[in-house]
Amino acid sequence: MALSFDQVIEKYEPTLGLEVHVELNTKSKMFCGCATTFGAEPNTQVCPVCLGLPGALPAVNAKAIESSIKIGLALNCKISPFNRFARKNYFYPDMPKNFQTSQYDEPICYDGYLDVEIDTDEGKKTFRVEIERVHMEEDTGKSLHVGGATGRIHGADYSLLDYNRAGIPLVEIVTKMVKGTGKYAPEVAKAYVTALRDILRSLEVSDVKMEQGSLRCDANLSLAPINSNTLGTRSETKNVNSLRSVERAVRGEMIRQGNLLESGGKVIQETRHFLEESGETRPGRSKEQAEDYRYFQEPDLLPVAPESKWVEEIRNSLPEKPAVRRKRLQAEWQVPDKEFDAMLNADLLEEVVQTVAAGADPTRARSWWLGEISRLANEAGKSPAELISTVDVATVIKLIEQGELTDKLARQVVEGVINKEGTPQEVIVKRNLKVVSDDSALMKAIEEAIAAQPDTAQRVRDGNIPAAGALIGAVMKSTGGQADAAKVRQLLLKHLGQG
Amino acid sequence: MTSIFSTASEMAESLKQKEISSVELVQMHYDRIEKVDSGVHAFLHLDKAGALAKAKIIDDKRAAGEKLSPLAGIPLALKDVLTQKNQPTTCGSKILENWRPPYDSTVVERLNANDVVILGKTNMDEFAMGSSTENSAYGPSRNPWDLTRIPGGSGGGSSASLAAFEAPLAIGTDTGGSIRQPAAVTGTVGVKPTYGTVSRYGLIAFSSSLDQAGPCARTVLDAALLHQVIAGYDEKDSTSINQPIPDVVAAAKKGEVKGIKIGVVKEFQGEGYQKGVLNRFQESLDILVNLGAELVELSCPSFDYALAAYYLIAPSEASSNLARFDAMRYGLRISETAGQSAEEVMRITRGKGFGPEVKRRIMLGTYALSSGYYDAYYGSALKVRTLIKRDFEKAFSQVDVLVSPTAPTTAFKIGEKANDPLAMYLNDICTIPTNLAGIGGMSLPAGLAEEDNLPVGFQIMAPVMQDDRLYNVGAALERALHEKWGGNILKQIPDLNNLVGIFAGKGSN
Repeated sequence: MALSFDQVIEKYEPTLGLEVHVELNTKSKMFCGCATTFGAEPNTQVCPVCLGLPGALPAVNAKAIESSIKIGLALNCKISPFNRFARKNYFYPDMPKNFQTSQYDEPICYDGYLDVEIDTDEGKKTFRVEIERVHMEEDTGKSLHVGGATGRIHGADYSLLDYNRAGIPLVEIVTKMVKGTGKYAPEVAKAYVTALRDILRSLEVSDVKMEQGSLRCDANLSLAPINSNTLGTRSETKNVNSLRSVERAVRGEMIRQGNLLESGGKVIQETRHFLEESGETRPGRSKEQAEDYRYFQEPDLLPVAPESKWVEEIRNSLPEKPAVRRKRLQAEWQVPDKEFDAMLNADLLEEVVQTVAAGADPTRARSWWLGEISRLANEAGKSPAELISTVDVATVIKLIEQGELTDKLARQVVEGVINKEGTPQEVIVKRNLKVVSDDSALMKAIEEAIAAQPDTAQRVRDGNIPAAGALIGAVMKSTGGQADAAKVRQLLLKHLGQG
Repeated sequence: MTSIFSTASEMAESLKQKEISSVELVQMHYDRIEKVDSGVHAFLHLDKAGALAKAKIIDDKRAAGEKLSPLAGIPLALKDVLTQKNQPTTCGSKILENWRPPYDSTVVERLNANDVVILGKTNMDEFAMGSSTENSAYGPSRNPWDLTRIPGGSGGGSSASLAAFEAPLAIGTDTGGSIRQPAAVTGTVGVKPTYGTVSRYGLIAFSSSLDQAGPCARTVLDAALLHQVIAGYDEKDSTSINQPIPDVVAAAKKGEVKGIKIGVVKEFQGEGYQKGVLNRFQESLDILVNLGAELVELSCPSFDYALAAYYLIAPSEASSNLARFDAMRYGLRISETAGQSAEEVMRITRGKGFGPEVKRRIMLGTYALSSGYYDAYYGSALKVRTLIKRDFEKAFSQVDVLVSPTAPTTAFKIGEKANDPLAMYLNDICTIPTNLAGIGGMSLPAGLAEEDNLPVGFQIMAPVMQDDRLYNVGAALERALHEKWGGNILKQIPDLNNLVGIFAGKGSN
């Protein structure tokens, strides 16, 4: 009988370790001037340096150093005044030089931490995740193995190589061992990667798009019997491509290892591959015969020696920390905890912030993003931000506030914008969605409604105000919903001597 | 009358005076190459059409009255380790056979910008690993003094081209002596500049922290003129030094050693040194003293470990630098049967594409960097390197330059040391410390050894960024020696025309 997650954590304690790779959004690559645009034609953003042609030499991108220092400072790290690049030697066709220029025993940032908050049975609780190091390295090219059953190089008919990614600056952020999370290990893992992503986004150093690979997480996990004070053998799960997957991968791996240990088996130190569909992991490369990377100092590059004055300048220019900013926004907008959390969980804070910045009321902005737009996004199987711009949402909200649109009309405008019919204004013109506010046009419709329902009209004249609803409904119907119901009500009651 | 036997500065003057055109000068050298290179085998590739076209453009510029660089129109032989756009660049290796780089090295860019005409690419030990050019995959070059002997290495093609009057100037690269030792054994001048003063961009790396390109010539002044062209800061090479290059041409014209303190390194004498080498070295010292220099005998005890440290550091870096030759993107690709995996093709290609010395060093370096051995080998070698730097610093606090024989022996016979790598390695014992310390060194002819009538090299070493001292001391010594010999030492070289017939075609295999 397989153990469930709850049964696993009754017996075992997890130890987590997270390695996050971040692609920096510098305009040029780590060691050459090539562009870094995502999705360009294969092998069009390459030069002798990033192709590793004989004789070519690297030159460090200063912007990448600055971004790395920003990240280190935002993660409360120490910044090394003297650090070096090293070569990590191994053969693989997508590595042009067959060594990766990286940092090894001298990272640029070290010894930091990131506090993350999660919901526990006892309410919100903060966990401190300690950061071991932040180091710089270059990305590899991309391989596409065609044919064969596994999609891996072994057994493939042929492989396609794209070196556009080769040499894009990467920063690797490695945590120390995270202990004491117990059953909350999956939540802590997710909360850490989320908080890290928010920080990186606020620093504007990376696109932090997990689905495009600009943020990649490897989750190390081991289990040890509770109170044993030992450390189990760890596995390293790769291909974790979304925040939700971080949580699922850790949970899945805890269940797998727990069951393996329970049945008397041994966890092998290996790389595992996360399977998005099942939430399970499958074995990858075994690390039992660990590769010897023969690290040594990169002789083609000088040590990186950031001056303390520069580091302090960077420190002083850091933006507000996301956690602080969230608290500030919640207070400014006066949003209850539950609703604020709903917005965070839906990952819509930035959209709401930008919509408000474009002039919309915060409450309306929140309700549009979490309501109608999320519903439409859900139907379309997309993320809300992909459907419509924050500027367009703000425009629609402002039109509602000005009485130019009713909520009902506004929904049609949003639908039109999403259908690529144009800007909100263009959709209003094309679909003829203007609120009918012309009194004479409305009066004509009111008189027609009274003529059609004389009995009802008489009841209103006699003081039965609620009866007016049927007449208002008729007017709204005859104006195609474009009238402002409150205005109709006001005019109607006045006409019938009740205003 | 300008001829192939003129110096580069004489040729430059004739070009300036329009006594000769660059096209004529270039053609003259191709005629010489045609006549003697079947025996000497200095060149791996010639770019006759390109060079003559370039010479024509320069002649036109001169005719139009354009201001030209001092070496404009002068032919040059380029070591095949530097990339030249669209020209074969093999490093003397099968693994790069037929590879044509899509870009120019910075050295080539500078030569082009100064209108120096590149005749072709010269032979070398494969990936610059060797002291004889016997490790070239395309067969050895031969010493114009005696075609049965080696012209030094790794830059034996460059030195042989100068001694055979196939080119007045050449570019070499020096990782442990590959410019200076070939200069010594061919009776020519070679300079390894301070590390970081000549860009390594486009220099196909053997050992990145040691490699340095430099000028090769038949006189000290010619070397200085070429030095001035190729040296200077380059943002494409991160190890490039962003400081002005000392005026080496002025120093080469000066040649004044009165009051200069010259240190003689005790460790570079004695056992293992040929008698004739030590005699010529001593004569040169006597000349310098007569010219007013003060001699100081010095000890640099850690130099005894230089060779050992070098043969850990250089192979370690090489094992990584040469990893890129994997048949995936360019160069040789060999598979034995259809459908072999990338890994198998890499293994087969590297197995067949690299020669035995390159494989030996890749294995040495891979071993030295392996976990568990790193500290004992590579780590210790780095410490020795620091000690050697300190020995130099200490020595230079007492003297202006250091001197030694360039190599312990004159040119040995082809095949003599081919099966004894350690004996071969010992040939670089005097040149290696400068590379480990990153300082500059020069070799210039000191005469012929009495035992074999072959050239002996005199080495000068100067502190970092003081390369002008090499030229000043070198010029003074050269002037005195030329007076003594009645001109350049190469006037005493046997007439190649009588010899090449015997060796024609034996250069390549």
